[in-house]
Amino acid sequence: MTETVYNVSGGDWDDEIAERGFNEERIVLNMGPQHPSTHGVLRMVLELEGETVTANRVVVGYLHTGIEKNLEYRNWTQGVTYVTRMDYLSNFFNESVYCLGVEKLLGIEVPPRATVMRVMLMELERIASHLVWLATTGLELGAISVMLYGWRERELILDIKELITGLRMNNAYIRPGGLASDMPVGAEEKVREFLREMPKRLREYENLLSGSPIWQARTQGIGYLDVDSCIALGVTGPILRSAGMAWDIRKAEPYCGYETYEFDVPTTDTCDVWGRYLLRLAEIRESLRIVEQAVDRLEPGPVMVEDKKIAWPAQLALGPDGLGNSLDYIRKIMGTSMEALIHHFKLVTEGFRVPPGQVYVPIESPRGELAAHIVSDGGSRPYRVHMRDPSFVNLQAVPALTEGGLIADVIAAVASVDPVMGGVDR
Amino acid sequence: MSDTSGMPSMTSPPPREQPAEIDNPAYAEIVAALEAAVPGAVEKFDHYRGELTLHVGRDDILDVCRLLRDDEAMRFETLSGVSGVDYPVEERRLHAVYHLLSMTHLRRIRLEVAVTVEDPHIPSVVDIYPTADWHERETWDFFGIVFDGHPGLTRIEMPDDWEGHPQRKDYPLGGVPVEYKGAQIPPPDQRRSFA
Repeated sequence: MTETVYNVSGGDWDDEIAERGFNEERIVLNMGPQHPSTHGVLRMVLELEGETVTANRVVVGYLHTGIEKNLEYRNWTQGVTYVTRMDYLSNFFNESVYCLGVEKLLGIEVPPRATVMRVMLMELERIASHLVWLATTGLELGAISVMLYGWRERELILDIKELITGLRMNNAYIRPGGLASDMPVGAEEKVREFLREMPKRLREYENLLSGSPIWQARTQGIGYLDVDSCIALGVTGPILRSAGMAWDIRKAEPYCGYETYEFDVPTTDTCDVWGRYLLRLAEIRESLRIVEQAVDRLEPGPVMVEDKKIAWPAQLALGPDGLGNSLDYIRKIMGTSMEALIHHFKLVTEGFRVPPGQVYVPIESPRGELAAHIVSDGGSRPYRVHMRDPSFVNLQAVPALTEGGLIADVIAAVASVDPVMGGVDR
Repeated sequence: MSDTSGMPSMTSPPPREQPAEIDNPAYAEIVAALEAAVPGAVEKFDHYRGELTLHVGRDDILDVCRLLRDDEAMRFETLSGVSGVDYPVEERRLHAVYHLLSMTHLRRIRLEVAVTVEDPHIPSVVDIYPTADWHERETWDFFGIVFDGHPGLTRIEMPDDWEGHPQRKDYPLGGVPVEYKGAQIPPPDQRRSFA
């Protein structure tokens, strides 16, 4: 059997078809990796007959930065700084899943306040992520005002993140054993303010989009994927739920105490982009409910484990430069306790050790099952960390979503997958 | 837990031993059923932190996966992912790790297949779990494990003409020394290691 090898390196089209005797109507179109509607550096090689897509091959890897390899050369705590940069729209999810894995290997449990704050931050992040999805999808389908609204509301969440963690994105705030620091005074009120404001804004989006004949025509019946295909392709998250399966790891395999929060898992059975749009709006509402319950539960207490072999020996206090180690603490370790100074130094430079073994910890990120496979050899650095990123897996479904449809619908279908290339390529 | 206050030893402990028994009846049943259906398939198992790991020979991986997916008592209908791990101290140092999920029974197990660098071939499970397509490409890309029968085993993250498999432990991280206030800071993989 002779095989024809097709590569996508380009060339003169007349030469190509002269050699291969293609149908004149058949066009191979390269979309991306710098196309504004492919959500970052995603490349698709489309084969077209007229306007109909007959084949779609997805090419990824343009944003590969070797994060997993880098992690093996940093200590366990430093790892948070790396994983938070993977899927850059779900920083807290990356941090949480990594920390949950490390904590499982260590066999430790974090203080309740830290867990409640993790839940609160993750759900705020989920809202922000879905808002970015709404904004970019709106932009890609020509609804520019939706784009502006989505970014505007996300800014409110970024402000909260900045207030609590000091950074708008890539926070490195959730650490193995708890959190880097407690949240400042006034943060709780700011979250409540957001909770009061957001439902109103959500109704605005629905008023703007849901009844719009253009929006409906661009999304209904587009990007069809049923339950069987989802499971075969490993697709999780809103795409699976839009096919009618109420699979949500927060309910199925609860972590961080999700079993104690009251919320629903919205589903639709339309299997299309329209269903995923409705779902994401409904999920924002459910997240608001969870955030509200989490804020109500916040009790004063430590946000880091007591174990002095794991927790960084910091006593943060507001100094003249904003945030830093308290002067009393510095005075103590520098002046009176040599052991504390040594301990501090060793823990920061060398880090703690994690017992050998491997774990696989899944959580529900805005895009589906985000999981960390963490292997330790007993050292102070991860032996291997692999992130099972939902965008990576869900992107495999793009040929199934788009082949046989029109080229204009490719954009809506890919947008409904909500891939974040930072997570895909890592 | 070893100490972090003094100078720790610089060697890593040996790999984990197989536990005498599995204290989770559901997992014990899975191992027993696999032993009965595909004798000798499970070379070794591990039950750690509540997670079951089965070390499977590469000749049995397809039978094991098919059984795990189709058997009514198992129903591992989803493959969450395939990742690789490199253990240079072992003879069969390249491990492909399959994370299986049963949505029906709410269970997860892990299969591990080990091969040597000289003969890094494992049958592809794409026919059984189509989602393995990209995962196996990634594992080939990063570890150089060849999945026989894969529909198009090409690199996925690294450029097509890349040489080597970056996630192997003998592949250097790379980097250049950085000068800071007159002192040289070596690249991360050449700094002092506490193992």
